[in-house]
Amino acid sequence: MNPYNYFYFPGRLAWRQLVFDKTKLFAAICGVLFACVLVFMQLGFKDSLYNSAASAPLKMNGDLFLMHKQTEAMWRPTRFNRSELMRTLGHPDVASAYPMYLSLAQFKNIETQTKRTLMVYGYDPDADLLAVEAIIEKRTELRLKDTALFDESSRPEFGPMRALLDAGKNSTEINDYKLKIIGLFRLGVSFAADGNVMTSDQNFLRIFSDRRADQIDIGIIKVRPGSDVKKVQADLKSRLNEFVNIFTYDELVQYEKSYWENTAPIGFIFGFGTIMGLVVGMVIVYQILFTDITNHLNEFATLKAMGYKHGYFIRVVFASAFFLAILGFLPGFLMSLGLYRLAESQTFMPMPMTPHKVFTVFLFILSMCASAGLLAMRKLKAASPADMF
Amino acid sequence: MDKMIEVNDLSFSFGSGELKNTVLKNVDLTIHAGEIVIMTGPSGSGKTTFLTIIGALRQATEGHVCVIGQQLVNSSEYAKVKIRQQIGYIFQQHNLLKSLTAVQNVAMALEMHPGLSETQRLQRSADMLCSVGLDDRLYYKPDQLSGGQRQRVSIARALVGKPKIVLADEPTASLDKHSGQDAVGVLKKLAKEAGTTILLVTHDYRILDIADRIVELEDGIIK
Repeated sequence: MNPYNYFYFPGRLAWRQLVFDKTKLFAAICGVLFACVLVFMQLGFKDSLYNSAASAPLKMNGDLFLMHKQTEAMWRPTRFNRSELMRTLGHPDVASAYPMYLSLAQFKNIETQTKRTLMVYGYDPDADLLAVEAIIEKRTELRLKDTALFDESSRPEFGPMRALLDAGKNSTEINDYKLKIIGLFRLGVSFAADGNVMTSDQNFLRIFSDRRADQIDIGIIKVRPGSDVKKVQADLKSRLNEFVNIFTYDELVQYEKSYWENTAPIGFIFGFGTIMGLVVGMVIVYQILFTDITNHLNEFATLKAMGYKHGYFIRVVFASAFFLAILGFLPGFLMSLGLYRLAESQTFMPMPMTPHKVFTVFLFILSMCASAGLLAMRKLKAASPADMF
Repeated sequence: MDKMIEVNDLSFSFGSGELKNTVLKNVDLTIHAGEIVIMTGPSGSGKTTFLTIIGALRQATEGHVCVIGQQLVNSSEYAKVKIRQQIGYIFQQHNLLKSLTAVQNVAMALEMHPGLSETQRLQRSADMLCSVGLDDRLYYKPDQLSGGQRQRVSIARALVGKPKIVLADEPTASLDKHSGQDAVGVLKKLAKEAGTTILLVTHDYRILDIADRIVELEDGIIK
């Protein structure tokens, strides 16, 4: 038999048997689709978590970043002395060094007066430490006393801020300190904070009366144009105290992501969900393939009596598994695409459908169906023509 | 004349030890090319077991069974598959593939024959279905056919590969008298045209007249 027919014949038989019973085919596709959507959602939430966790570092406008070694992630920083940051200015290639203050705080919903925790960023507005256009535009107004900008991508529980601002209601409290919201920007929420507020370093110290200007959370350094960031980093590392980390931009983003991936249990939770989805999907496909073989046992035995080899039936089962994988994946992918949009609108966290994710899930579904086929295969041994006729 | 099937001293039993149940005892039978032999006998006499051994579906361990020149006692799986491909088998139930049309079902027997194109396979299958009188049922699925028509499809399937031997196990058991006689009539006509050897197992006495020779098996012994 030529190699083309070697796969084509069993594939064709598998296909004809699949489409013959439309109801069962539909049920089988639903099973694969279910697993597919489950895995897509788990991976989507996981990636969205990692991405949103890194949404603040991604917008950081600087070349090198100082953080205390005990700082595991930006939402829970350990403070260090501002003098440590200022020492870096002694390096000839360092153009500027600015402190950034971070803290979680209670934000009062202007409408309902309920309080909810968000992240407050405080820095000199002239330093443009966050590369967000809307913040840079409000530079001058932010210098005023008791003013702040509010992140529009914050969860809706903080109140419909745009509508409130349009209506002139801009007075609220953060940590029971009264201030005015003078504008909006977009940064994105993370699992650590449901919202963000940006204010000047001076206002930050007013809101958090227990904080001191010389105790900073992150130091952001810009180097002179044309200088080698890696070299400056190495130079500074040898000069600074050992309790600070000095990161490049990429290292900072990676550091923040790996915290959520490894230190926090969230990576594990979603990994577990993915595996459960695949196991459930595999059991469903296995059940379907198994009953399918059982129903066709008679036919398989007949073909065996006609001289078909055992390998032919193995290829039939694998072909069925393959078709189910494809037929379930396509609608599963489309449905997940819709659910991603829905989840984005509900959780206000970005959920991109990347080609890499599509490919990963497809491989998952394919191997899920293949292992289901492998499990169902032992039923084929029962197709013995001598025992059936 | 060539000996198509040669059986000497064949014994077969199920189970072992005290539960050993001997089905065939020292059976001898020779069938020559082109012969139509009917084997009759009461249920449980071992007819079907005998047929499955000849058809290389069951492994026999005692005696000699030579089919188309191949020794089948203690033969390899490969040798048995080769023999199966040269034999047309007609079952008690039609055993057609539910999801395939009549012509596709018949063509399944040709998929193992290398060197045929898809068009040739379908053409030969359609021709064979015409010969069994189903010209107008080529694209019907088994559940759209009557019992007699289904059995005629399975006769077409058994014959389409031009086998040297056709084995039939109670082909008329699920048919009424008229369609049963129709089916075996067609079988006999086509077999005689092609010089095919037929071994037909039945206890349907209404079709004995198609045979060249009748063999009776009772309690595992040929009488």
